[in-house]
Amino acid sequence: MFNDKTAKFLLLAAIVICVGGAFAPNWIVNQFMFGFSRALAILGLMVLWRTGLVSFGHAFYFGLGAYAVAILDSEFGVSDVFLRLLAGAVVAGFAGFLIGFIMRNYRDIFFAMLNTAISMVLFGIVVKTESLGSTDGFAISMSTILGFAPETKYPMFVIIMLVGLTAALLVNFYLKTTFGKLTTAIRDNEIRVEYLGFSVAHAIHLKYTISTILAGGAGALMAMSLGQVDPESMINWTVSGELVFVTILAGPGNVIAPFIGSLVFEILRTYAFELAPQAWQLIMGATFLTIIFFLPGGIWSLIEKLGGKKNER
Amino acid sequence: MLGGSVVEAALTILLDGLQFSSYLFIVSAGLTIIFGVMKILNVAHGSFYAWGAYTAAFFIGKFSDMGLPDALGFLIIVAAAIVVGIILGFIIEQGILKYMYERDEVLIVLATFGLFLVLEDIILIAFGTDPYFAYQPMALLDAVELGGITRDVYGLTLIGVAAIVAVGCWWLLNKTKWGTLLKAVIFDREMGISMGINVPLVYTLTFIGGAILGGLGGAYIAPTISVSPGLGTEVIVLSFAVVVVGGMGSIAGAAIGSLIIGILRAIAVHELPQVELFVVFAVMAIVLVFRPEGLFAPAKPRKI
Repeated sequence: MFNDKTAKFLLLAAIVICVGGAFAPNWIVNQFMFGFSRALAILGLMVLWRTGLVSFGHAFYFGLGAYAVAILDSEFGVSDVFLRLLAGAVVAGFAGFLIGFIMRNYRDIFFAMLNTAISMVLFGIVVKTESLGSTDGFAISMSTILGFAPETKYPMFVIIMLVGLTAALLVNFYLKTTFGKLTTAIRDNEIRVEYLGFSVAHAIHLKYTISTILAGGAGALMAMSLGQVDPESMINWTVSGELVFVTILAGPGNVIAPFIGSLVFEILRTYAFELAPQAWQLIMGATFLTIIFFLPGGIWSLIEKLGGKKNER
Repeated sequence: MLGGSVVEAALTILLDGLQFSSYLFIVSAGLTIIFGVMKILNVAHGSFYAWGAYTAAFFIGKFSDMGLPDALGFLIIVAAAIVVGIILGFIIEQGILKYMYERDEVLIVLATFGLFLVLEDIILIAFGTDPYFAYQPMALLDAVELGGITRDVYGLTLIGVAAIVAVGCWWLLNKTKWGTLLKAVIFDREMGISMGINVPLVYTLTFIGGAILGGLGGAYIAPTISVSPGLGTEVIVLSFAVVVVGGMGSIAGAAIGSLIIGILRAIAVHELPQVELFVVFAVMAIVLVFRPEGLFAPAKPRKI
């Protein structure tokens, strides 16, 4: 699991970032926390994207994860970071596993649209339900870590990095297994995969469930980093669009890509918003179009080119 | 007396539902035509709608300030839809989509999402963040009493406009040479090309036509709402729901989808407001699960 270049790089990068984070100014710590929280969801979408599947509704799972944290907090007073993360990932993953039975038979725009529909159902419920916070959402209390309440953001920062590292290593490992390697094979030719004796439906179901667990975890981490949840920025279809945006921006080449992509997105958004508050979507949209047209492999393909393709996939 | 109020309530729901359906139909007809012919699920359609609404509201306000007669508002609505449709449709189709026809269907959806983001912000830059109110055409038409309830006439004309659009589309597709060409392209693009149909031109005109309908939906609804940022965001998912329910690429499907969703939503708004949004997308999800091609999808030719 640790003996390929990607895994070694990930371990090294995690150490460097964790040490660097102790000395970094607050705003950089924030960028990394938001960026790497979101990266978890991007990691899952990347697994789907490798199969050629794009979900315009993963905000459903992102939102489930975030709201699981919020409800645990407001109803049961659970503040432990690991319990919250676990709850978010389990709730979303379980929902994803069940919905996966249906989803695994869908491809292309039908897959995208069914995901949109389901996420908008949740949006519709949350927006109109007073006990779920309606359009205002909830504020979430500070997370505690195994019983002690941290004074600074740094411990939370380290936890997000470690969660990201673990997830990246696991997905990297998964992509090297036979089922993982089927990802691209299914995109290229489903019928041949079936002839090889594998069930495409099972493979897609597994990928879908993985992506929903990760999206749920991402939602939980994001809710804790932000300290609040609301439907407009957690469940609406534009959030799903944002997740897809970052996935394409990052590129499907390597499990490192989602982390770089999310960080670039976070920085791009912050600066675009500061430079031109009325035109930040324009900048994002134009970037997106540019990537689709000129850089189909995303930022990662750029890194590969610069590195002379030394990095393995 | 009680019976009377039940009838009135039912009539209100029916008229609200029909009005909402009509508005959904005008917007979704454009979306479904573009999908039917070009196989593009156009997220930027929500922007056509928003641009139509803003352009109409802006000029209705301007004309009113200049002291011109309010009746010109109707002319502005139609003109706004056509101008927005032609300009945006032409630029987007020729400037961007033309180069994407060979690419994956899903990538084209993503590209239109990028366009959606860009167009949303150009609206903010062009028109600012303050809402626009263009009530003049609505005030001009006043209200009538129908079976004991008062309705504004403007809202009722929306039903007429939708009927005109529906009949117009049907006539164009079934009674003109253009319609025959269009159906040939929908049926088999490559065969159409080999028969000498100018497919790129058909695509450009289809996209502009669809954009005009999107713009018309926005322009016609503008007098009844406050035209403010984020307008296109809700509309686009609603019209996705409509075309999915009816069957993507079918005008009749869009009509039936609009009716189902419009009336269901009107019932929800009046009887059970908590489920207003939920019900629309629940229907969309259920249709996708049990009949992914939609309730009235056009029969597909089998190809080898």
